[in-house]
Amino acid sequence: MALDRQDVEKIAHLARININQEDINEYLGNLTNILGLVDQMQRVDTQNIDPLSHPLDAIQRLRADTITESNQREQLQQVAPAVEEGLFLVPKVID
Amino acid sequence: MFSKTIAQLAIGLKKGEFSSCEITQSYLDRINAQDKKYNSYITVTAEQAMQQAKAADTAIAAGNAVTMTGIPIAHKDIFCTKGTRTSAGSKMLDNFIAPYDATLIEKFNAANSVSLGKTNMDEFAMGSSNENSYYGAVTNPWGENRVPGGSSGGSAAAVAAQLAPGATGTDTGGSIRQPCALTNLSGIKPTYGRVSRFGMIAFASSLDQAGPIAKTAEDAAILLNVMAGFDPRDSTSADKPVSDYCASLNQPLAGLKIGLPKEFFSAELNPLVAEQIQAAVKEYQALGAQIKEISLPNTALSIPAYYIIAPAEASSNLSRFDGVRYGHRCESPVDLEDMYKRSRGEGFGAEVKRRILVGTYALSEGFYDAYYKKAQQIRRLIQQDYINALKEVDVIMGPTTPQPAFKIGEKTSDPVEMYMEDIYTLSLNLAGLPGMSIPCGLVDGLPVGLQIIGNYFAEERLLNVAHMFQQATDWHKNTAPGL
Repeated sequence: MALDRQDVEKIAHLARININQEDINEYLGNLTNILGLVDQMQRVDTQNIDPLSHPLDAIQRLRADTITESNQREQLQQVAPAVEEGLFLVPKVID
Repeated sequence: MFSKTIAQLAIGLKKGEFSSCEITQSYLDRINAQDKKYNSYITVTAEQAMQQAKAADTAIAAGNAVTMTGIPIAHKDIFCTKGTRTSAGSKMLDNFIAPYDATLIEKFNAANSVSLGKTNMDEFAMGSSNENSYYGAVTNPWGENRVPGGSSGGSAAAVAAQLAPGATGTDTGGSIRQPCALTNLSGIKPTYGRVSRFGMIAFASSLDQAGPIAKTAEDAAILLNVMAGFDPRDSTSADKPVSDYCASLNQPLAGLKIGLPKEFFSAELNPLVAEQIQAAVKEYQALGAQIKEISLPNTALSIPAYYIIAPAEASSNLSRFDGVRYGHRCESPVDLEDMYKRSRGEGFGAEVKRRILVGTYALSEGFYDAYYKKAQQIRRLIQQDYINALKEVDVIMGPTTPQPAFKIGEKTSDPVEMYMEDIYTLSLNLAGLPGMSIPCGLVDGLPVGLQIIGNYFAEERLLNVAHMFQQATDWHKNTAPGL
């Protein structure tokens, strides 16, 4: 399927990445080439083949529901861009 | 001193020929004097290194030393190191001081190893040339205009330039093996789940694995002995016993069955590289191995399958970089969406954005079956090829890369051309198998890597097969011109 500029803008919006207008054509070219490369897959018959999501086909390990970590809020928030009274600050969401 | 292997340094430390403080200071001085040429380190942690060296000397004096005690090494800047910037080669994390240590770092600390610093890498481990780093490209010590490979290019360049005797790396599609091949080093990507990924910044979770980069197979075994093992904090960690990877290094190879996949010797392989690989295979025959031609028919499909699966998983993993809890946040966002979009637009480099976009597209509504599911089905076919082949042979050998180190800037204009460099390494990650690259010759003065692939959890065997080659040949002793 051929992509156009609007597709690139839509994908960038879904990914929440700002892309400069002047760079869209370059991304369009790159993405078109990459999708051309991966289209080779469509020639392969994969009917009845189980998708492989874990190389060892392992399942999610469960542990006992007990507290193993201590509260390190202050330490972890030291790397946050904006914090107040132990909360992460973001631009106003609700008026 | 700088030409010594980890094994040799460990003996010298034990005998009291030199102290950890002396080795560590020598390496720090050398990094300070020489790394401008290579740009292999992002952060040098001189003060902490000297503190660790002092503690190591105390442990050695008290008789509490293990092999890695007092040995200085470098860590890829993808492993969280408490109190030290952990950037993943990205502007996004330029201001990120890790609040905790990765399990791998804890293990080296517990062995009283010394960390010299954090090495350069392709941003978020996405790249095959180390040209995608926010901190600039890394130069291959084997040629000033050549790439060292990627994404663990800083780790490889540091060891090849003798700015560290060994280093850690990660391998999602070849990021340990390919840089080792291009810089004449020995490295192993262990079986998926063998080394803990706790505190290792995620790229593609079903593929990522950590491993060592070293001068010899023996050193790689020493490093892997520290790194490997079950970790309850990593849900993908393998709960299996760990071998002593040094125990059977010297086991004779008589009767070893080596498979050569005909797909690894196809048109894209540089004929001079092919000659070196064939010569290495002859050497193995002289060591008593039997050679058998095999087929891995779906090899070519590893590129499209990988370049859907890895970007799809990356787009999901990298959604955590939202400018809220850590990492880059744009100036004066007008609202939440603006903050997400500009923080991510500014924080990520071009290749990372490309892969997030590809992955987002592949996972978007209506395309999942055609891309991600299809790639996972092909992944099953690729794995099945290996399982069938490894019923007939003990190990599989071939080239690590189609050609020696290419020039900086040679493949940056078209991402697809760069992706083709990974043809021989990707399938292993898709199958989750362990693989090594060891030096096996030079082409036009540039190193060639021999790839050795084994069955699940056969790291001990691979290291043995690599070590015996290095007992019989001297390729791994070659150092970059001028060293």
